[in-house]
Amino acid sequence: MSLSRQHEMHKRRFSRNLGLGLVLAAFVALIFGLTVAKVSNEDFTLPTGEEAS
Amino acid sequence: MSDASLNSTETQAYDAGFGDYFALLKPRVMTLVVFTALVGLIAAPVPMHPIVGFAAILFIALGGGASGALNMWWDADIDAVMKRTAKRPIPSGRITGDEAFAFGMALAGISVVMLALATNFLAAGLLAFTIFFYVVIYTMWLKRWTPQNIVIGGAAGAFPPMIGWAAATGSISVEAILMFALIFMWTPPHFWALALFTKMDYDNAQVPMLTVTHGRRSTRVHILVYTALLAALAVGLGFTSVGGPLYLAVAILLNAHFLKGAVDIWRRNEEMAEDDRFLTERKFFKASLIYLFAHFGAIAVEAMLAPYGWGGW
Repeated sequence: MSLSRQHEMHKRRFSRNLGLGLVLAAFVALIFGLTVAKVSNEDFTLPTGEEAS
Repeated sequence: MSDASLNSTETQAYDAGFGDYFALLKPRVMTLVVFTALVGLIAAPVPMHPIVGFAAILFIALGGGASGALNMWWDADIDAVMKRTAKRPIPSGRITGDEAFAFGMALAGISVVMLALATNFLAAGLLAFTIFFYVVIYTMWLKRWTPQNIVIGGAAGAFPPMIGWAAATGSISVEAILMFALIFMWTPPHFWALALFTKMDYDNAQVPMLTVTHGRRSTRVHILVYTALLAALAVGLGFTSVGGPLYLAVAILLNAHFLKGAVDIWRRNEEMAEDDRFLTERKFFKASLIYLFAHFGAIAVEAMLAPYGWGGW
């Protein structure tokens, strides 16, 4: 089976890689958003060890 | 997988794309999980930060998707002989069983850990139990062993509103239990109606559905009994703190309609059903989808109107 750049397999792998990339980017954004939401909470306090330093 | 693997004797017939992995998550089931978990979260008396709420729903959905992938991994042999499921990614050769297993396990771990970090350990524990219940108790054990598979297995699909509630409040209350019970009691008549008009599929796959083990007459009786119990429960939920006049009106109307459908199914025999190609059973199945979305929709509307003095009691 010859493999050219136009092989359909590459298109499917590209869709998988692109999808995974977008999911990872969205995950990073979500973790950032969660962090901001948690530290903005009025109940949020730093652990005592870090407060001392 | 490298390009060289194309020459291997173990090459798959198809190299999976992103959509194939998404299909492993059973996206249609996931819409029910997302919707009911969201309602549980909205109806809870403790407000949540929108981003935390979004994350909670996302991870609950991901946990549901992980269950779906692991279910497809274990049930690939059944899926291959049933017309309704033969095109799923594993029986159609687009994804191997091992890939689906790894994908499902990874998602299960990520969803539980992330839900614990985003909300609390109770919600995460409930999600972990739900995945375990659906994959091990239902898929691996009950589904092929007992005709009550749908009844007990239905519990797995009933947990999302309780997890949503627990994510918001950090506890479980009678309202969360009743929302669980609503889906739990709704599942058997929903699936038995489906089994009545897809009879050959379950026969061929040798899954002990009630229609196969106890006969179709008995299944019709079971549908009626469960629908009557469901109606009492659904109306009863209207008198708790998550109910209200709107929910109660929706519940009374829909349960009267649903109960009539169950009586119609009970009064029919197989000749009548085959004459009109199971029209009544198909209508009942469609109505069951609207039934669940409308009940949970009404709970959500009650909760959203409450701050303006309109919703609730």
